[in-house]
Amino acid sequence: MRSGVIARKVGMTRLFMEDGRQVPVTVLQLDKLQVVAQRTPDRDGYSAVQLGAGTSKVKRVSQPMRGHFAKAKVEPKRKLAEFRVDPANLIDVGEEITADHYFEGQFVDISGTSIGKGFAGAMKRHNFRGLEATHGVSISHRSHGSTGQCQDPGRVFKGKKMAGHMGAVRVTTQNLQVVKTDAERGVIMIKGAVPGPKGGWVTVKDAVKKPTPENLILPAALKSAAEEAKRQAEEAAAQAAAEEEEARRAAEEAAAAEQEAALKEAEADIEAQKEAEESSDQSPEKKEGE
Amino acid sequence: MDLIAEIEAEQIASLGKEIPDFKPGDTVRVGYKVTEGTRSRVQNFEGVCISRKNGGGIAGTFTVRKISFGEGVERVFPLYSTNIDSITVVRRGKVRRAKLYYLRSRRGKSARIAEQTNYRAPKPKSAQL
Repeated sequence: MRSGVIARKVGMTRLFMEDGRQVPVTVLQLDKLQVVAQRTPDRDGYSAVQLGAGTSKVKRVSQPMRGHFAKAKVEPKRKLAEFRVDPANLIDVGEEITADHYFEGQFVDISGTSIGKGFAGAMKRHNFRGLEATHGVSISHRSHGSTGQCQDPGRVFKGKKMAGHMGAVRVTTQNLQVVKTDAERGVIMIKGAVPGPKGGWVTVKDAVKKPTPENLILPAALKSAAEEAKRQAEEAAAQAAAEEEEARRAAEEAAAAEQEAALKEAEADIEAQKEAEESSDQSPEKKEGE
Repeated sequence: MDLIAEIEAEQIASLGKEIPDFKPGDTVRVGYKVTEGTRSRVQNFEGVCISRKNGGGIAGTFTVRKISFGEGVERVFPLYSTNIDSITVVRRGKVRRAKLYYLRSRRGKSARIAEQTNYRAPKPKSAQL
């Protein structure tokens, strides 16, 4: 079991695929998602990570929470949530999680607080059909019907579906599919709707009702790891470039040396020729002299 | 620009579609990609555009109505659908409504639309919303 993420619901849009499909997506954004605390089996009796997302003004954070954030050396967060993880998948405090945490096509469960509907009638709240429009029904067209039996039991059973407060409760939607991720902007696009209003906080977890995918990033897709990988890639590229440069220089040197050698040889040849010419010049002279 | 608008603008740019300027009342020919088994071909649907909805953005759609074998047929197309091969304006119509749903209850002579003769193309917008 690995950590989930806290995300902000930005809104919905649609994506047109190359094959002509059109996919409705909800855009979720990760905003400075960092590990704020760890829960370890030794100290707390269970293992989990506490994540924090968003930013909040220091003056609006209570003194105890300021201490909590100071201990983790992170900026004050707007939203905190705990995720149960295996002890092996604990993440260090202060690490930042990126949107690469999920891959395209993965199934996730998303929880959020649904939009509040206020005091709603039985028709809206429980999909009752109401009473008839005519046939002597007066005033109570949208009411529920009977709520029970007669003198026996003489009461309304607990849990009877009736009018009351609707919405503004924690709702989880299971098996939603990830369509696209963008680590640079911290964007995760989910197929279909996600509970809650725009701007609301949701938590995203790997789907519990699907087999665990093999290519999950454990313990999490961390910014530090991405940076490390990038640095290493850059280093490798730099090294390769340096090696190439070295090879090029060596080749150049070799070529220069060769050229020089050739030049020298040529010069030597010329010299030799000259000498030979001179000697041949001289010899007739000598001959003449004789 | 908020994130959703940004994503939509990016997608429109990446789709690289050129949508001609057309309004309700115009007769348009829509080349729609049809896949039959493994083969795919372009099918033309020509008729009067009777409504445009949800603006010119990624969510925009338009409705085309034609009379096919004496039966009125309407199709709704998403503006930026990847299934649309081409949109061509065949005729510019002169109408005084944004939605021409009244055409549904008319037949023949009374369902005609006068042609707009003094059409001028709008100035190109720097960034389409």
